[in-house]
Amino acid sequence: MTDVLVASPIRAKRTGWLRELALLPALVVLILIGGLVNDSFLSFDNLISVLGASAALALVVLGESLVLITGKFDLSLESTVGIAPALGAMLVIPALSAGFGTELPTFVGLVAILVVGAVVGVVNAFLIIKLQLNAFIVTLAMQIVLRGLLVGATNGKTLFDLPESFTNLSTATFLSLPMSVWLAGIAFAIAGWVLRYHRVGRALYAIGGNREAARAAGIRVDRISMMVFVVAGVLAALGGLVLTGYVGALNAGQGSGMVFTVFAAAVIGGISLDGGRGTMFGALTGVLLIGVVQNLLTLSQVPAFWIQSVYGGIILVALIISRFASGKSQL
Amino acid sequence: MSELLPTGATASVVSAHGVGRRYGPTVALDDVSLTVRPGESHALVGRNGAGKSTLVSLITGLSKPDTGTIEFGGEPAPPISQREAWRSRVACVYQYSTVIPHLTVAENLFLNRQSGGKFAISWKKLRTQSRELLDSWGVEVDVDTPAGELSVEDRQFVEIARALSYGARFIVLDEPTAQLDRQAIERLFVRMRDLQAAGVTFLFISHHLHEVYDVCQAVTVLRDARHVLTAPVTELSRAELVDAMTGEQGGLIVADAASREKLAEDSVASVTVDSLSGDSFENVSFQLRRGEVLGFAGSNASGKHQLAETVYGLRKPSAGRVSVAGKALEPGDVLAAMRAGIGCVPRDRHHQGLVLGLSIADNATMSILDRLGPGGIASPAARTKVATKAVADYDIVAAGPDEPVSSLSGGNQQKVVLARSLASDPNVLVLINPTAGVDVKSKQALLAVVDRVRAEGKAVLIVSDELDDLRLSDRVLVMRAGEVVAEHQAGWSDGDLVADIEGVELHD
Repeated sequence: MTDVLVASPIRAKRTGWLRELALLPALVVLILIGGLVNDSFLSFDNLISVLGASAALALVVLGESLVLITGKFDLSLESTVGIAPALGAMLVIPALSAGFGTELPTFVGLVAILVVGAVVGVVNAFLIIKLQLNAFIVTLAMQIVLRGLLVGATNGKTLFDLPESFTNLSTATFLSLPMSVWLAGIAFAIAGWVLRYHRVGRALYAIGGNREAARAAGIRVDRISMMVFVVAGVLAALGGLVLTGYVGALNAGQGSGMVFTVFAAAVIGGISLDGGRGTMFGALTGVLLIGVVQNLLTLSQVPAFWIQSVYGGIILVALIISRFASGKSQL
Repeated sequence: MSELLPTGATASVVSAHGVGRRYGPTVALDDVSLTVRPGESHALVGRNGAGKSTLVSLITGLSKPDTGTIEFGGEPAPPISQREAWRSRVACVYQYSTVIPHLTVAENLFLNRQSGGKFAISWKKLRTQSRELLDSWGVEVDVDTPAGELSVEDRQFVEIARALSYGARFIVLDEPTAQLDRQAIERLFVRMRDLQAAGVTFLFISHHLHEVYDVCQAVTVLRDARHVLTAPVTELSRAELVDAMTGEQGGLIVADAASREKLAEDSVASVTVDSLSGDSFENVSFQLRRGEVLGFAGSNASGKHQLAETVYGLRKPSAGRVSVAGKALEPGDVLAAMRAGIGCVPRDRHHQGLVLGLSIADNATMSILDRLGPGGIASPAARTKVATKAVADYDIVAAGPDEPVSSLSGGNQQKVVLARSLASDPNVLVLINPTAGVDVKSKQALLAVVDRVRAEGKAVLIVSDELDDLRLSDRVLVMRAGEVVAEHQAGWSDGDLVADIEGVELHD
């Protein structure tokens, strides 16, 4: 049996590597098509703007992917994207500009943004891991609660007059790339490294693959799962800050509906909704694929009223393509 | 094969003629023939990976043979697409549940053929029908129970009844005894004999050879995807049967504790368990010394598994304490137990032992991730190194450390679990059913490792349903209904131990 058994796994391993890269050709083809369809698409400035526009999404997808790998999920991240930077800004800006009137130093506001993200993560983690409530409904409720809080706190208004350091991340550049792109890139690099080279990363896969086995192997399953929710909350808050800078203002609907794109990018990138499977490289390709599609849609001037249906349709097609390109089920 | 069929006898229930099946480059079955005669219980044995599952999938119509033919009662098998036709000829009760857990027994029995008018299901009629079906085969199960709440034993009976209701009188039982305790196995065998008398034919798959002798009339042995022999069980000794399975001379070799020197009286206590109580066990105390193997025997309901799981921290005790080398353990904390030097092989490798989708390297290093490098760095290279050594040390048959454990045979999977439990170089090893569902040769290899570990001076606690595993023990404690009721020193006889496990008096 020995020699018989050996044959197939080697094949599986080889295709395993191919699968990692399966989305790259799709991305390249999409970029080439973009170049053919629109002259300005392949221009240096436009490609950078694709990256700049994807940075916020990338950070949220990163957080969501970590949660997904541990076999849970978080729908509330999109509301964190809105409320975290809004609360941070309102602590800083004057009451006249719809702030709280506290006019705290800017860096306090920036720290507050991350704290809000962490607090949301802690509450989610407590409800889901400690109280064992259903992740879907808990984070859906949290999404609605946070959105409501944001609309309530701002009276539905848009926040302008943001301090420069709130928008710097997306406007300042380094080697002609916005800082937000560097930030997202570094975050992905760190997460990718941790997942592959650090015990905590391996623990995430073990927990998502088989919680009971991870527990029996001495992994602190609950502690790590809770930590992941907190990390995801912080990353979403950071994504919110990047988005604020990119838009230049903060409206009460910031991030609304984003969770769909986030899940789509993660799944297209090969993150399993069942947990225990997926890589940061894949998730990043998923993000870029969606970034390119969004950019192409903008460039090709699809009428505003139609853009949603086209966008949704393209994501469906992308899901189908990635299903066959990777050969993996997306369950 | 045909010489087994008395000339002029009724046609066989099922016969496979020279069937073969390949999966890509893998030959899963090569020119195998099998004839099962009406009314017999025919055992199909072989080591993991010998081709049993493939043969079963061919004769139950789940896949099509590449070569050869299959006949039912002398007529060619229906095409694969005709599920109904297959279902009326043969059914398989798998080791793992195929019922839908949240639906009632009644609905499970008649799923997708619920009685009633054209559109609406008549629940009353469905229940009556189910009751009648179960009664007619003597299955005492409430039809309104959600199927997921049934015991393994009752679930199997329900699945058998469901198969019979489709008209099949030939039933494949795939390791039906793997998850049953001794009493339940006995009841299963009684039921099998009753059904046999009523004209039902069984193909019985088991790793437990004594069961083959208990309940079967004929046996077919597969090895390395080929047919080795078919013979009436009465004409085949156990040693011959084991030889046929392993292709080697001699049966299972386990180092019997009775044959080694007795443990010195002054050897140091390694684990002390002090009036420990918890989920399904009460007030258990014992000492485990260095270099000692302590066995725990008992039925599934005896609380022996829960006791062992409490010792290594998976469960929290309600009272009492566990100390290792004189220091009390934090209750209900696996990591604390590991840091105190306890390694464990959990009860069920699929449920608690392995992350099936991950590689051997990931699984083997799962409990030592914090010591592969500074600051918790656990690089793929470090993981691969540990796993490569494990693959060599424990003789794991695999393409390499990156192979996912889901593609390994049961015996090799269990070796990975054992490798992991020993990766942290523990002083105490807790093993729960360490050889469940593995073939004879792997069993031997696993137990040899345990014996080696003992010789190195580690303390070993073995909880097992299998007497072979307990043979290594210096002493065996027998549990019944949550309490330790007897102690046997090495050299015990099977009969005495089993009598204590079952709570029956052998001598009076």
